[in-house]
This record gives sequence, C-alpha cells and structure tokens, in this order.
Amino acid sequence: MQPGNDPRVRELKFRDPERARRLTAALRQAAEDIGRPASVMHVCGSHEQAIARFGLRAAFPTSLNVIMGPGCPVCITDVPEVDEGVALALQGVRIATYGDMLKVPGTVKSLASAQAEGARIDIVYSVAQAVQLARSVSEEVCFFATGFETTAVATAAEILAGPPENFSVLSAHKYIPPVMEIVAEMPENKVEGFLAAGHAASITGWGVFEPFAARHGLPVVVAGFEPLDILAALVKLVELVRDGSPGVVNMFPRCVTKEGNLPAQETLWKVFRPLGGRWRGIAHVPNGNLRLRDEFAHLDARRRFRIDLARFWDYAPAGLAQQCICGDIMAGINSPTGCALYGKQCTPENPVGACMVSTEGTCRIWHQYGGVPNLREVKA
Amino acid sequence: MNPLLGERVALKHGAGGRAMRMLIESIFVEGLAAEVDGVGLAAMDDGAALRVGEQWLILTTDSHVVHPRFFPGGDIGRLSISGTVNDLAMMGATEPLGLTCAVVLEEGFPFSELERIRDSMKAAAAEAGARVVTGDTKVMRKGEVDGIVLNTTGVALTGTLVRDCDLRPGDRIIVSGSIGDHGFAVLAARHGLDLQGDLRSDVAPVNGVVRLALRAGGVVALKDPTRGGLASTLHELAAKSGVGILLEEGAIPIHGEVRAASELLGIDPLHVANEGKAVIGVRPESAEKVLGAIREHPLGRESAIVGTCLDDWKGKVILDTGFGKRLVAEIEGEPMPRIC
Amino acid sequence: MCLGVPGKVLSVAGMSAEVDFFGVRRQVRLDIVDAPVAPGDYVLNHVGFAIHRIPEEEIGETLALFDTILREAQPQDLMAADVRGEIEATDAARK
Repeated sequence: MQPGNDPRVRELKFRDPERARRLTAALRQAAEDIGRPASVMHVCGSHEQAIARFGLRAAFPTSLNVIMGPGCPVCITDVPEVDEGVALALQGVRIATYGDMLKVPGTVKSLASAQAEGARIDIVYSVAQAVQLARSVSEEVCFFATGFETTAVATAAEILAGPPENFSVLSAHKYIPPVMEIVAEMPENKVEGFLAAGHAASITGWGVFEPFAARHGLPVVVAGFEPLDILAALVKLVELVRDGSPGVVNMFPRCVTKEGNLPAQETLWKVFRPLGGRWRGIAHVPNGNLRLRDEFAHLDARRRFRIDLARFWDYAPAGLAQQCICGDIMAGINSPTGCALYGKQCTPENPVGACMVSTEGTCRIWHQYGGVPNLREVKA
Repeated sequence: MNPLLGERVALKHGAGGRAMRMLIESIFVEGLAAEVDGVGLAAMDDGAALRVGEQWLILTTDSHVVHPRFFPGGDIGRLSISGTVNDLAMMGATEPLGLTCAVVLEEGFPFSELERIRDSMKAAAAEAGARVVTGDTKVMRKGEVDGIVLNTTGVALTGTLVRDCDLRPGDRIIVSGSIGDHGFAVLAARHGLDLQGDLRSDVAPVNGVVRLALRAGGVVALKDPTRGGLASTLHELAAKSGVGILLEEGAIPIHGEVRAASELLGIDPLHVANEGKAVIGVRPESAEKVLGAIREHPLGRESAIVGTCLDDWKGKVILDTGFGKRLVAEIEGEPMPRIC
Repeated sequence: MCLGVPGKVLSVAGMSAEVDFFGVRRQVRLDIVDAPVAPGDYVLNHVGFAIHRIPEEEIGETLALFDTILREAQPQDLMAADVRGEIEATDAARK
C-alpha cells in the first residue's frame, strides 16, 4: 500500500501543522465573535493530556477558558474505594491494578504504602494481563478495576470470557454521562459547552448526550484526541456557543456513531449495573458507579471477601489533606495554580490529592507540562 | 544534613534527577568537596578536570547495574566502556588514556556470561581506541549482590576543557542522533513487552563524533543525555548556564519504533535514556559547520540542530510542538530503574 | 490509560488479533469490537481490546469535516477568507 494511502499515515494528517494553524486562527476568530470571556469544559483526562502535550493552550485565544472537568478516573476514585483496595491488599489478597492507582492516597495509605509493607501488588496494562496472572498462580488475584466506561467494557469482556476461580474484581469503574449533569447543575458553574470524550462515545454512541444537551440548552461536541481533532471540535463548540445553539455534534465520525458500539454496550450492561455513589470531590453522582450484577456475585471481591475497613476509622484526615482542593479542580471551579499546596507540598513525588497522582489528573498534567505559562510570545 | 533527604535511601536517589542531586550535594559534596584547580566534585559535571601543566587530566567513574544485562543492541559490558568513554568525551577529552574495570560478582555467575560481557567490552574499547589497563575483582555470596556490578573509571588528557555551564543566549543545540533508543529497548526487554519492532539500544562510544565536533570549532557545551533523557540534560545545561532553551519538536530525530512504543506506553522519549549520543552546544555562527562535520561520522548521520538558547525563561526548557508550546517537565529523574 | 491508538490487523486467531501500530506489534482482543475484523483492517485499541473497526473512508471524511469547519466560518470575515484562499491554493498546488 502506498504510504499516502495507508490510513495510519493519513491518521497522522491529524497532526498536520498547516491545518492546525488554520484551525487555530478560526478558533481565535470565533472566540472574538463572542466578544467576552467564555468557558467550555472537557471531561476526559486524555483530552487534557493531549492539550498539554501539544502545548495547545499556548495557541488558544486568551478569552477562551478550556476547563478540565472530572475526567480522570483515578482522581475521582473516592477514598473509601481506595481503602477497600488497600484493606484487601493488607488482608493478604494479591491485587492487580493499573499503574497510576498505585500512589492514590486513601484515608491513611495508598496501595504503594501497602506494597512497602509487604502486600502483593501487580501493575498490569490490561485486565487480560490480570487474568493471565491469576491463571499462572494458585493464590487469589483481585483486579482493582478503575476507569470509565471504555475501560469497563474490557473488564466486562474478560468476565464473560470465563476467568479462573481464583480471580475476582473490585469494581471502582465509573460512568461519565451522569457527572456532566451534576457539573451543568452546579450553581458556580459558568460552562457554556462541553467537549465529550471520543473513546467513551465510541462505545456509548453520541445519542446519549442529546437529552443532556436539550435539558440544559448546551452544545456538546464529541472530540477525538489528535491535535486537529481537538482544535476542530473546539472551533465547532465555540461557534455553537457564539450562535446559542444547543445540541450534539459529532466531530469524531471515524470512531463514533449515534448508537455506538452495540456489542460493547451489551457486554457492559450484561455485567455491570449503574449505582449512585460518591466521586472524590463531587459528592454523590446518581448512576455514576458501575458495580457487578448479582449474576456475577461469585467474581465480586466485595462479596467474596469480608473487606475490613474498620482499621482505617480511627484516623483523622491528615492536615495537608484538609487543604486539598482536588474536588473543586475536578469540578472545574478552580485550577491547580489556585491551590496553596500545588507544586510545593503537593508534587508528583509526594502527592497530597489524587489530581497529582494520576497521569490523567489535572494537577499532574499541569506539573508535568508546566501548567499554563504564557508561552504565546516565546521566540528564538 | 538536608532534612528533605529523609532517613533512608530510596530508589529515586539513583534516578539521575533532582533527588539524586540532593543526595550528592548533601552527603558527598558537602562532606568531601575541596578546592581544585579545575573542575571538582562541587561542579557535578560529567567528570573531573585537574590541571596538569598546560593540560587537563580528566577523570570519570561509573558503576553499571543495568537490568537485564543483555538487551537488543548491547549489554552491560558495552555499556560500561561506552559510558565512561563518553563521559570523558563530554569534558572535551576524546582520546582515553586508560580505563579500569572493577567487578563485583555474585557467587554462581556463569563464566560463559562473563566471557560474553568481556568480549563486548573488548569490542567497544577497540571502537573507542581505549584500553582497559587495570581492575579489581570481588565475589560476594549468592544473594548478596544481583549478578554483577561493573565499575569503570576513565582517565584522559585534554588541552580543551568543555563545561556544561557556558551556554549563552543565541547558542544552538545539536543532538548527534535519534533519541529514546536505549531506554525503550531496555524497557521492552525487561518486561518482555510484546512490542515486536526493531527497538535497539544505541549504546556506543561517541568520542569520535565529539572529536569531529571539536575540530570544527565553536563548541561551548557537551553533555550526554543518559538517565533522564534529553530533557534532563537540557534542564541541567539551562540551569547551570543561566539560559532558557527553546526546543523544536519537529527537528528532534526519533525512530519510528521508538515513537510507536512511546505512543503505546505513554512514555515521553524526551525523558528516556540514551547511551550513544551527544548533546552539543555551539555558537550560532558555527552550528552548520559542526553539524556538517559530525554527520560524516557513522554514529552522527542523523544529527540535527534542535534548539536555541534564550535570554529569559532561565533554567527552563520550552518545546515548540508545531501546534503550540509547552514547558518540558522537570521530572524526578529517569522513570525506569536500572537503565544503565 | 485512555490510549486509543489505531493499528493495522496482521492476523486473526479466534478472539485475538496481532496488530501493527506503526511498526510495533501487539496482541489485541476482539471480544468487544463492533464489526468483524480481518487482516488488513484498522482498529482502535484501548487497554488491549479493539473497541472500533475504523473504515478507511472515515478518515477522509474527518479531513473533509475539518475543511468544512474552515469554510463555514463567517463569510464576511476577512481572516477566514484568507484561510480559505490558502486551502484552495494549497489543494491546487497539490494536484
């Protein structure tokens, strides 16, 4: 196949700097047309990573505030859920989990601290790896499952494929659409439009956002993750804000359809049911958590093991934790630079809150890529 | 002692970044550094320089604990010779006088493996025009050391001393080839990652490349981007020189396999170790000449001018991505343990 | 976590495929992909599972979408006119 015809090379055209310059110019124009500062929100850690990695904020118009909302699945994993994993680990169960869960602080300690005390924790890149691990040992292996619906589908697929008896799942999976409602309804919230996460939408379809858009009179644009995807989606979103046009627009047609990936949805809801629960810093999100259905009780770590959380009840939250504003940052009402601890007592090496722990956390990304310095005028 | 150091040594203290510098400053520089006529411990440069008559005697030492010992493109033997030859070269000393080789072996270590390592060292030394002239051997009980710890020390004389703190605004930054090769090759080998591509370490002595650069003239800074990668090296150069550095992402040579592995794993090649590359700071009027000169060398064919020094943003490294700009993070150090 | 990188399917064995991501090969599971997958297809990967088969024509569709965005910007706006002009000139030069 000719390189020019190879879809992956054309995929790289989503990094074409020429088109990017033009889209950036169009974005600036659309923002100028609005004539006043405007805020839009995205709800995906990977969007923030892409924005940060490609330095897009240095190209955004100054009047446009692109906020990262609660899109980091690790960051919104609430303290009691982390405690469940830590307690289980300290009770002697071998835990398999995605790498960035390791250092998330629980009430007293993280999985990393438990590991330092002798607990068996394995980092895996995929749930399939966790199952393989369970097959290769005789002890209990519990997969501490974090991530949004895109990741939950993988967990569900493994469960349906029939894992070994020594395998169990501690589900901390989350479902994004309900939290957009919560954010849209927050009184302090000034968000005028949303960017929806492209990969989650490839599973759920963009149709799920229509009731939301209608109810709140807000535009929602589904965006991919290449620089051009993000720029083009933002142009569309800002134009919709400018024109006062609520509704859903799909700017990621190569991966997202209205109905989504039906086999994946079937798999997801066959295994999981939505349950209301607390997201760190956001309080209660109705239907925001995904738990194993009763048919899979035998694989549910919460039902297989008696998880002893009492050991953590005597501890008061550490002093620093009380100054942590991760919740406000995740809800988009404050930014890392608004936090007294950011970059000082709270760093990737010594995180206080979850936003600094996860590779998708706002604070971690800002710290990694230098926050939002004004780099617009830097020239050699 | 520095209270931020904590009570005990942690892995991060060997990662080549901030924590390690803190350990060196608090424990060794504070306790051992002395005035020297030249470059001493306190400078924490790639090596030491001691004046001997009209010249400088360059001294450097490195211990090697890379795991796994054998990886695509090289092994601990090749690494031990290349690393030390390169450190000498980064001070401006491209003709090594002699190398030492001290080994600490674990009881039970196979001789066949030791011979393989020795053969690699021999080949690398020949490439560099260097000789191992003395050494030491210790054996520890099984379990008391992991296989082998290899230390090499190098000495050389040079009339030209090149530091890592003399960059000025306007100076250009050259890298002698593709980045990220070593780190990703070791990572893939270590974890048996099913990333079947041609990820090979670049481990090699590059004193020949540096020799050509120095001959061309205008070189004011040299550093090899090992632990912590190009990013850490540039941060150190920027901080020590009191300049900012603007890096052009599109100009940085990166092999396709490294780019792909980086996309898949979410690890930035800028922070990944290189063991066969030089970062060269040159006066702007000499940049093209130096580039032309080092491209003549087999190990310098992919050299490129990748950045420029700024007179503000001191100590910072800014990346122009082509879509915007961002600050390159100052990470703790090499993200992967036992990379070299 | 949310890596979603597209790759080309090299071979399929039951519920598993060998996929090439710009020269690097990985095993990817096919349990939840939304269409049957054959060697030569392109898939979007997430945590070791293919989540979408990308039809070739959709890539061109997205590029066209970007261009439409540019063209639909306010007609009276001079800057967009410049941009349109640039695109037309570049397209013409490419042909």
